[in-house]
Amino acid sequence: MAPTPVILELWAVAGFLALALLAIALHGRDGATRIVYGGTLALSLAATAVAGLALGAAASATVLPVGLPWIGAHFRVDALSAFFLLVIDLGGAAASLYALGYGRHEHEPGRVLPFFPAFLAGMNLVLMADDAFAFLVAWEFMSLSSWALVMAHHAEAGNARAGYIYILMASFGTFALLLAFGLLAGPEGHYDFATIRATAPGPVLAGAVLGLALLGTGSKAGLVPLHVWLPLAHPAAPSHVSALMSGVMTKVAIYGFVRIVFDLLGPSIWWWGVPVLAIGGITATVGVLYALMQDDLKRILAYSTIENIGIVFIALGLALAFRANGLAGPAALALTAALFHVFNHAQFKSLLFFGAGAVLTATGERQLEKLGGLIHRMPKTAVVFLVACGAISALPPLNGFASEWMAFQAILLSPELPQWGLKLAVPAAGTLLALAAALAAACFVRVFGVAFLGRPRSKAAAEAREVDGFSISAMAILALVCLAAGILPGLAIDGLGPVMEQLVGARMPRQLDQSWLTIVPVMESRSSYNGLLVFGFIVASASIAAFVIHRLASGTIRRAPPWDCGFPNTDPATQYTAASFAQPIRRVFGASLFRARETVDMPAPGDPRPARHTLAWRDFAWELIYAPIGRTIGGIADRANLLQFLTIRSYLSLVFVALISLLLLLAIWS
Amino acid sequence: MTLGDLITQGTQMALVLALAPLLTGFVRKVKARLLRRQGPSLIQPYRDLLRLMKKEVVLAENASWLFRVCPYLIFAATWVAAALVPTFATGLTFSWTADLIAIIALLGSARFFLALAGMDVGTSFGGLGSSREVMIASLAEPATIMIVFTLALVVGSTQLSTMANAMLSPTIGLRVSLGLALIALVLVAIAENSRIPVDNPATHLELTMVHEAMVLEYSGRHLAVIELAGQLKLLLYVSLIACIFTPWGLAPTGAGLEEKLVGAGLYVGKLAVGGLLLGMFETSVAKMRVFRVPEFLGVALMLGLLGTLLLFVSRSI
Repeated sequence: MAPTPVILELWAVAGFLALALLAIALHGRDGATRIVYGGTLALSLAATAVAGLALGAAASATVLPVGLPWIGAHFRVDALSAFFLLVIDLGGAAASLYALGYGRHEHEPGRVLPFFPAFLAGMNLVLMADDAFAFLVAWEFMSLSSWALVMAHHAEAGNARAGYIYILMASFGTFALLLAFGLLAGPEGHYDFATIRATAPGPVLAGAVLGLALLGTGSKAGLVPLHVWLPLAHPAAPSHVSALMSGVMTKVAIYGFVRIVFDLLGPSIWWWGVPVLAIGGITATVGVLYALMQDDLKRILAYSTIENIGIVFIALGLALAFRANGLAGPAALALTAALFHVFNHAQFKSLLFFGAGAVLTATGERQLEKLGGLIHRMPKTAVVFLVACGAISALPPLNGFASEWMAFQAILLSPELPQWGLKLAVPAAGTLLALAAALAAACFVRVFGVAFLGRPRSKAAAEAREVDGFSISAMAILALVCLAAGILPGLAIDGLGPVMEQLVGARMPRQLDQSWLTIVPVMESRSSYNGLLVFGFIVASASIAAFVIHRLASGTIRRAPPWDCGFPNTDPATQYTAASFAQPIRRVFGASLFRARETVDMPAPGDPRPARHTLAWRDFAWELIYAPIGRTIGGIADRANLLQFLTIRSYLSLVFVALISLLLLLAIWS
Repeated sequence: MTLGDLITQGTQMALVLALAPLLTGFVRKVKARLLRRQGPSLIQPYRDLLRLMKKEVVLAENASWLFRVCPYLIFAATWVAAALVPTFATGLTFSWTADLIAIIALLGSARFFLALAGMDVGTSFGGLGSSREVMIASLAEPATIMIVFTLALVVGSTQLSTMANAMLSPTIGLRVSLGLALIALVLVAIAENSRIPVDNPATHLELTMVHEAMVLEYSGRHLAVIELAGQLKLLLYVSLIACIFTPWGLAPTGAGLEEKLVGAGLYVGKLAVGGLLLGMFETSVAKMRVFRVPEFLGVALMLGLLGTLLLFVSRSI
């Protein structure tokens, strides 16, 4: 008998763990980098293939005799797990290929190599876990191994703080999930998912589980206001790990949410959609506005991850609302949009982080204000980075547009919902989604325009060199995936069919049967989109235009200094900077939301002081939530600190008082 | 799909390309006459395009390949979008390739590359134009989506051909929400096409430029292509408004040549009315400060939102 997918995937996990041990054994040897990343590449590719096959096959399960002796560890690969395994392992394969080149620049490979395969193993295990205990152990394993990777460059400024905040938020998230599973386990305390699935909790308990799942998985995915760790921790790790954390690990969190809310929790209640939609909309808009305020390349990408998570949660909220009302078809459309966006985001965000890593390797800089003109010195990286920027900005015919288009189509079906709360919440979420998409385009025009176009703003940027072949090929493959998923979205929709049947009991109409591979979410007279033809038409019309014009028009080209209205200034400092590019948006949106203030200190005539422009903005999540918590804990700690400096007499009397009160308590008790 | 369908589709693509400079010339003429000037001839935009084509390209020393590719990409995205909006006939062969949301996103692609082109040479004016353009777009896009929602709620589709046919049916009639959507769409169209009061297409003052600042470094054939794309975009928005709100005379699927000719004649008439109204509007208002634009587009967004909410309350308002 052929081994089932779950067995094969478990073998892959065992392989990852063995590689982690091997990496420790190979510490300090030449070639360790190549062996470990080569190994993870091969294992990830194999796991991707298995996941792809498992997507259409029946669920397979197994119980391993590890963990708690009386339950063992349950593992299961069903359609939902298989889809997420595909996303995670594809991301892992791309990151491994990239790291074959990028990893050579690592100063201390011993701090990265053992944890990289372990991190992949942890993520794979979460997706396969079929009991609460295994899920939580795998979840914590994933958190800790990624924490170790965040701390790999612990000596760099800010990284230790990033790691500290990350581990705090991760613990908080696991705590919330622990409580959620505690409620799901019911009075008899069942751990395994099969029993949990069979017993639906009451509406109050289910609402509590939804809230806890939002807190637990949302803190890992980066939902506002639980996002504060993400823009600190994701950029702190080496770039291929940043790509995994941002592009892939956030998807594991979304898997957790979908698994708990759509699968384990039983039938939905209509109001569940409202908080999910609201949080998704806020996360999407605020995330991208944050991104526009930043000037650190990797931090911008991390904030943009928050935005995309928001988009996914908007679609998930819609799916919940439709599902609760028994509208299986629209629910399938919304959930397909969410999961397709999960896939797409994993591709282009990994690619963007790889590009940021390439820029970092070539220039040593992450600050946009120090970059510029890289399109001349890193032409290949520039092309693939541009594709990713287009995809994340939802430009047709790339993949980001296809999934956002489907989300809009799902929103347009919302008049079928009977409840007033939803009728009002859905258009509002739609507006926020459109706003986020437009702002994302602004954000990535800014990123590409400042980093890759214009003139170099520093010596490092002027002397940049193109990166190695492994990195380029990893990025090029992802760019091709972005294009392919954009022009053939029907493949993804049909591939997600089994997941839809499992979770909402209906699937979208089969798309590959449509003529010219068009996608038709509901019916043709309602809406349709054909990425292939749009791509073909654009290529054809651009070629026709270029051909005709080169035939008819003058072909002469003269190179001259820039015109710039007659006052060209050769100093690169006269270019628009990232901060100045964001100024109009900062004024429109940031003035109220972030209390962004600009002050200009203009010296009086005759005063030789330089003029100064200062920009200040405040992060409301820190100010309203985290700073008060920090202050309270700090205040209590300060009070408690007094106990540290007492005399021996005072300590003895404290011990005496404690003893007396405990004895009194015992006496009263009995 | 028959040869006739392909010819109709091809005619539509050629028609929008041929009429776009004429519409711009007409708007300029109207504005000039309203200012009691003679104004340039109607075919001046064609002459300008030809003149630009014949001139050599003066390329900034550090311009990259992207700077040279962008004009063609911008033009192609705009042309494809314009070819998908029904002008004289509905149900064209490829009309199902993209719905209204995709058409708007195609224009977004064009804008993305235009904004990048503005930043390529690394001059301060280019960056200024790009940053203002993306700010305006980030306000216009949500408003556009709300308008699409309103329309889709009324007609139950985002497919332009279906929309036009549904608007003709007697069940729709005059509605408050449609009126709100029309006003909002006009406001968005003015902003998207860099017209007064948001931007001034004829400005020579760099600090007030948005669109012109981005294309400041372009010359010769590149500039010609970008100008043509801009003219196409204006035509697209007028056609879009005409197709949704005045769909009379659009030849249905399988119509004969006669109906198509009538449709084409009516289409030219609709363009003329649109151009006339635009010229009159532009001469009667003053350009506003850049930071007043959010209020202008905020009105469009609120109208769109109001239209949607009205329809959620009752499908017949």
